[in-house]
Amino acid sequence: MPEPQRTLGAAEVEQLVEREYAYGFVTDIETEVVPPGLSEDVIRLISEKKEEPQWLLDWRLRAYEMWQGMTEPDWAKVSYPKIDYDAISYYAAPKSAVEDGPKSLDDIDPELRRTYEKLGIPLVEQQRLAGVAVDAVFDSVSVATTFKEKLAELGVIFCSFSEAVKEHPELVRKYLGTVVPHTDNFFASLNSAVFSDGSFVYVPKGVRCPMELSTYFRINASETGQFERTLIIADEGSYVSYLEGCTAPMRDENQLHAAVVELVALEDARIKYSTVQNWYPGDKNGVGGIYNFVTKRGKCAGARSHISWTQVETGSAITWKYPSCILLGDESIGEFYSVALTANRQQADTGTKMIHIGRNTKSTIISKGISAGHGQNTYRGQVKVLPGASNARNFSQCDSLLIGPDSGAHTVPYIDVANPEAQLEHEASTSRIGEDQLFYCRQRGIDPEEAVSLIVNGFARDVLSELPMEFAVEAQKLLGVSLEGAVG
Amino acid sequence: MTPLLEICGLHVEVEGREILRGLDLEIPLGETHAVMGPNGSGKSTLAHVIAGREGYEITKGIIRYGGEDVSELEPEERARKGVFLAFQYPVEIPGVNNTYFLKAAVNEIRKHRGQPELDAVDFLSLMRDRVKLLDFDEDLIKRPVNEGFSGGEKKRNEILQMTVLEPTLAVLDETDSGLDIDALRIVAEGVNRMRSPERSFLVITHYQRLLNHIVPDRVHVLQEGRIVESGGSGLALRLEAEGYGKAAAVTA
Ligand SMILES: Nc1ncnc2c1ncn2[C@@H]1O[C@H](COP(=O)(O)OP(=O)(O)OP(=O)(O)O)[C@@H](O)[C@H]1O
Ligand SMILES: [Mg+2]
Repeated sequence: MPEPQRTLGAAEVEQLVEREYAYGFVTDIETEVVPPGLSEDVIRLISEKKEEPQWLLDWRLRAYEMWQGMTEPDWAKVSYPKIDYDAISYYAAPKSAVEDGPKSLDDIDPELRRTYEKLGIPLVEQQRLAGVAVDAVFDSVSVATTFKEKLAELGVIFCSFSEAVKEHPELVRKYLGTVVPHTDNFFASLNSAVFSDGSFVYVPKGVRCPMELSTYFRINASETGQFERTLIIADEGSYVSYLEGCTAPMRDENQLHAAVVELVALEDARIKYSTVQNWYPGDKNGVGGIYNFVTKRGKCAGARSHISWTQVETGSAITWKYPSCILLGDESIGEFYSVALTANRQQADTGTKMIHIGRNTKSTIISKGISAGHGQNTYRGQVKVLPGASNARNFSQCDSLLIGPDSGAHTVPYIDVANPEAQLEHEASTSRIGEDQLFYCRQRGIDPEEAVSLIVNGFARDVLSELPMEFAVEAQKLLGVSLEGAVG
Repeated sequence: MTPLLEICGLHVEVEGREILRGLDLEIPLGETHAVMGPNGSGKSTLAHVIAGREGYEITKGIIRYGGEDVSELEPEERARKGVFLAFQYPVEIPGVNNTYFLKAAVNEIRKHRGQPELDAVDFLSLMRDRVKLLDFDEDLIKRPVNEGFSGGEKKRNEILQMTVLEPTLAVLDETDSGLDIDALRIVAEGVNRMRSPERSFLVITHYQRLLNHIVPDRVHVLQEGRIVESGGSGLALRLEAEGYGKAAAVTA
């Protein structure tokens, strides 16, 4: 008869999942920081620093006015002490990056270059990631963008948000806030008021973007928040694959990261958006770490447009994030593939919203939650089918993997269907890494840490396989490292 | 010469319950021994203790492997020293590719032996060779480890792993149960091909049928946590004819 199953004890898990954060260093660089606190004056100051047009300042101020009347959402299954928004500085920039205007790749401050090298992101155009163009955002500003000229030959615009406001104001004005309005929610309104930089992408009609575009976000300064804004527009029949990565120094205080990402896919366009999120998660006892409160939404505006979100969330003390799709165009497709890993005291409340408006729209949701130690992981997702969305289809699968007795997994699906033809399927499962699986691997000579990483990666396979090749290996390692113990 | 495996007066508790109660067993290098015994007598417990599974507490006695007391060694350390266990109930590891898993295992073991790791090409050719010898379904090596495998396929997968890992001591825990007649023959041939003066086998089984193919040097009867009788290969035949009642009576 099969042996009775023994689950892993708390102490064993503690050893297996004790994590080392490899990106916790601080860059020693002269930084210009606006004093803490939020007011109209601070917003005017940010706008002025960026030499923005009046319409954008007005937009920010409207958002600020909205925000003042809003309350912080409390429905997510996360808990944290009240944030003092007047204790945060809303703008921090390395002096060398902002003085004397934009720099060419050759003129980047060597200290910044070294920082990105340490992070594995070389800011040069012919190296390991030769097939990837990078926009490097450091605190509140973009410090470099690679392959800009090469992409421009095809008409692809890839630059910092600030630069887009200056060089392509008509595009920014046309699309900014059309997917995530400045009134959307507490954190999105805050972002709209104070956002400092981010990336901008426009892919013209019929162009297939020949390389991966990516933004690497780095928080460095202390007591500051990072509020970036990304806007990606894929014109008719175009294709783009975009990836973001993020890290931050180890600090005992929590830092707020409230970003907004808007995607617009026109007729027959496809956007593949991938995230490998590795913000500092805090220490073993839950001290420090980033609050990652992010609003991401894509609009499948045209017929047969297609947006996929793939996220690997391993960092942050708290993750609050629901990359969503508005399926407006007939036959448009929305996809959400997610791996969220919480260890120690990390909390994640993440999922998606699929809003079916057009006819024959289709959505797929694959969510894999991994909780270890005292980690708490909640999948929160909504599938909404409006009356006109005839023949809408959704498939959702939410799996949870628990490591150790103190971790938690929760699944909160909301389903809201107003069209009788809609077909929805939902599957969910919860499993534990058993002592039997671990022993099986160890009996074959594999280290316990390696075994856990193997099992976790196997569990996440369906999502990892959605990542662009260049990053799948990276993400796989990250899932391993995030769980790596100090044993052996 | 010291035996490869030497177990003296072994007492083992699981969850506070004593399962092995003074077990003695010696397997010289190069020999194949069979262990038979009723359900619940402690055969799998013995296999797990040899492999170093946690939760099996040795309260008395000693296990030596290659002359060394291994009772404090972690399971992976024993595996790297050449101990292999073919599980009675092989475990599923969803999403982990069978080939990838086995390659990780081979290279861990090689690394600890100071041998160079096999690259993908070398490993695949080794794998192909073994797959062919065992008449193993090529599709199975591309699927996740044991996930959705039939009972017999899981057992064959254990033997495939054994032939790739080339252990010094292989413990086969009821590898024959669940195998069809052809599979039994193929698995037995796989084991026989590996028998050598440099390798020992401990074959746990309920059936003489397997021992027709893998003829053991010694047969032991395990009952109530102890080896109660040992003999040549003829002992298995007698047990099949008479059952375990007789063996117990002998020692009572
Ligand atoms: N983890 C465990 N917790 C509690 N009891 C256990 C555990 N493992 C084994 N046992 C008990 O120890 C005894 C011996 O089990 P074991 O699996 O070694 O028997 P076996 O001889 O292999 O039997 P079978 O022929 O059915 O495979 C059984 O009574 C079993 O219930
Ligand atoms: Mg057994």
